[in-house]
This record gives sequence, C-alpha cells and structure tokens, in this order.
Amino acid sequence: MIPASFTYHRPTSVPQAVALLAELGDEARPLAGGHSLIPMMKLRLALPTHLVDLAAVSDLRGVRQQGGEITIGAMTTQHELIGSELIGTQLPILRETALLIADPQVRYLGTLGGNVANGDPGNDMPAVMMCLDASYAVAGSRGERRIGAREFYHGAYFTALEPGEILTAIHLPVPPERHGYAYEKLKRKVGDYATAAAAVVITRDGAQVTGCSIGLTNVAETPLWAEEAGRIVVGSTLDPATVKRATAAAEAITAPASDNRGPASYRTRMAGVMLARALERAAARVAA
Amino acid sequence: MAEVEVTLKVNGKTVEAKVEPRLLLVHFLREHLSLTGTHIGCDTTHCGACTVDLDGKSVKSCTVFAVQANGAEVLTIEGMAAPDGALHALQHAFRETHALQCGFCTPGMIVRASRLLKENNNPTEEEIRFGISGNLCRCTGYQNIVTAILHAAAALRDTPYQEAAE
Repeated sequence: MIPASFTYHRPTSVPQAVALLAELGDEARPLAGGHSLIPMMKLRLALPTHLVDLAAVSDLRGVRQQGGEITIGAMTTQHELIGSELIGTQLPILRETALLIADPQVRYLGTLGGNVANGDPGNDMPAVMMCLDASYAVAGSRGERRIGAREFYHGAYFTALEPGEILTAIHLPVPPERHGYAYEKLKRKVGDYATAAAAVVITRDGAQVTGCSIGLTNVAETPLWAEEAGRIVVGSTLDPATVKRATAAAEAITAPASDNRGPASYRTRMAGVMLARALERAAARVAA
Repeated sequence: MAEVEVTLKVNGKTVEAKVEPRLLLVHFLREHLSLTGTHIGCDTTHCGACTVDLDGKSVKSCTVFAVQANGAEVLTIEGMAAPDGALHALQHAFRETHALQCGFCTPGMIVRASRLLKENNNPTEEEIRFGISGNLCRCTGYQNIVTAILHAAAALRDTPYQEAAE
C-alpha cells in the first residue's frame, strides 16, 4: 500500500514546527512516531499534503522531575518510558501500561505524545493520564497553554487541540510514594486494542482507602475518568459490596460500540471486571 | 512532489539516493537497493516480516518512510552474516534447530532476535516470547524459534546450551 504524495518537513525546534504548521494550514499534519498516522496514510484515510516530522526537535524528548511534578517530552517513546528508572520508581503505572501497548517494534517508535494527542479511544495512555490528573503542554502560533487530560477528550479523534497546535509535553503530579496502581487490559491478542481496560491509583491508611482515581479505556467515544466510582471506593475497606457498587458506577458511564471485540453489553461488563481486578491488584500493592 | 536526498548506512555501507517522501523504508531497501531479504507480509504493522534494525531499534520498515531514516544506520538480514559468509549465531541456530518451515518470517525474526539479544544476552524463554511478540510465524508454532534464540544466546555468551530440566 502506497500513501498519497506529500512534502516532508523536518524542523529542529518547537517554534519552527509551530510556524510551519501555521503556514501550511489544514493540509499539514505533525508526525510523531507515525504508527497511527502512517497506516492511515497507507489506507488513504489520511491524505496530508505536508508532513511536519517532529523527530529532530530535541526539546520534545526526555523525562525529568521537578519537585512534585514529572514532565515527559511528547516525543518520548514507549520503549524509552519502559526503560526509564524515574518512571519505574515514581510512576510505575506508566511502565505497566506501556508494556501492554502494541508490540516491541511499535513501542520503539510509538510516542507518548502521539498516543495521548491522537484522540483514538482505543489508545491506552489517555485513560491513565485522566486517572493520574495529568496536564498537556500545548504550543501554537498564539503561544503556549496547558490543558488537563480530564478536559482534553471531546470525541473520537476530536480533542481540545486547535488546528496548528502541537502537544509538547505531559506534566504529571507525582503520586504519594506509597500508592497502589494497576492497569488491567482485556485484549484478544498481542497488539490488540482493549476490549475494555481500567487504570487505578489508590492510597490507603491501614485497611481504609484514602484516595482512589479510576480511568477507563475504549468503552466510549473518549477515554473516561470514572469520578463517581472512585468516590465510592474512598473511605471503604474495599469490601465486596463497595467494589460491586463502584464497578456498577463505572459501568454506568460507559457507552461502547458493538464490534468484533464483542457486543456493547459485554464490553461494558468487561469494564467492570477489569476495574474489580485493577482495584484488587492496586490495593495489594499497598497492603494494609 | 519534490524528491529528497537521503544518506543512510545500510549493512555498513553508505548509500545516497533521491527518494519521494512517501517511499516506505521497506520499498527503498527492496526496490532501490535490491535487498529483498526483508519481506513484506501484512503491510499493516502487524506481522513483523519487514523488521529491520534502525539505529539500535527494531522497527517495521513498512511503517517508516525512507526520509525518516535519513542519517540512520540500518541493519537487514543481508548484514547478519560475516563478510566471509560465516553465518551469524542466530542464523546458524535457526538452521540447526529447524526454526523455520516456509521461511517467510525468518529474516524479521532473526533481525528482531539480534536486537533482543543485544539488550538481554541471557533471556528466559518467557522473555524471548515477549520479545518476539511483534513477529508472527504461521508455520512453526514458535517452539523451535524460541529454542533457536536460546541456542544462539548461549553461543554468543560462549556457554553451551542446556535444555531446561523437565
């Protein structure tokens, strides 16, 4: 399969990239790892006449911590995330999630920025970002701004990004040192998108849950932050009745499509099952 | 659309060419350089038959444009054997342990496995299975591919391969 013709641009700085996108207008697309965009171009479902490759913009790479915040450059690959010691110790849920994305080859090139900015409801990181209350740094011709992950997703492939804007970095508040986490993903095979998946971050004081945030993947047009389900868990000891109420609250906000991963009712139920498993595993990681 | 000049090092040899930006790396390797060992399987980023090593990363060359590889070093199956033709330990092990039937996935498997062994020279069977999960084989059921990689890992560490105790 051969994509339609395009002109290739390779800026070396964020201002250059932003200026190019402003100048070229609607016909241009930024290129990160390319593992969503290039397959779409080969199918001619995407027909950009200009590609602005961000690979040479070194400012968009790397992981660093400043105080209580970790910043990840948008062009940081899933492979680099998996290998990052800082991520492994401070935000291990990102490592656990990245290992469930696609396959090794795709993870060498696929980027965190591309995963969260594309707006594909099948992508795994957006729900994790909502769960962690991440915010995205965005640059455009009118300057820079930050958008909360929980406000970013408006529909399938429809986000708060304005035309010409690029996502430059992901900012994450560092969770408490003693926190439990889990990303549970039901998929049919390696490389598949989730039938349903749930991200959980939890803190406990003894047996009692003191904080809980929940994200859900691929069970609606957008990733979901299951705020109500998280609230139900807080204050409980994760007794079976509470878990049942929380999974019911999470299932209630899903609206999956029926597709070859299963009928909608099955995928909704699997969101609840993934959440129950994630709660159990996250809680065990901060054993009372 | 304007062609772009690219310079790559492919299997240790510097290559200069003018290419259309839409030219995929796998087509560049196969059609411009006649390196047809890299196969096109699914052409949709799933099967891994087109895997090559790009600056120390295993990539599916059907999902990379040649222009993205400008300035990079590429290793394909043709670059695995020594200049005198002596097989790489992985090629030798694939032959010895019967790790292929039709052979279509083999170039991608071997190039991927070589990167895997550079990152982890003593992988467990489970780590190998996870490490080659982006490469599909429809003949072997993977068992002998895993065995071959275990053999090659032992050979590259210069220790004899030992079957795991039953």
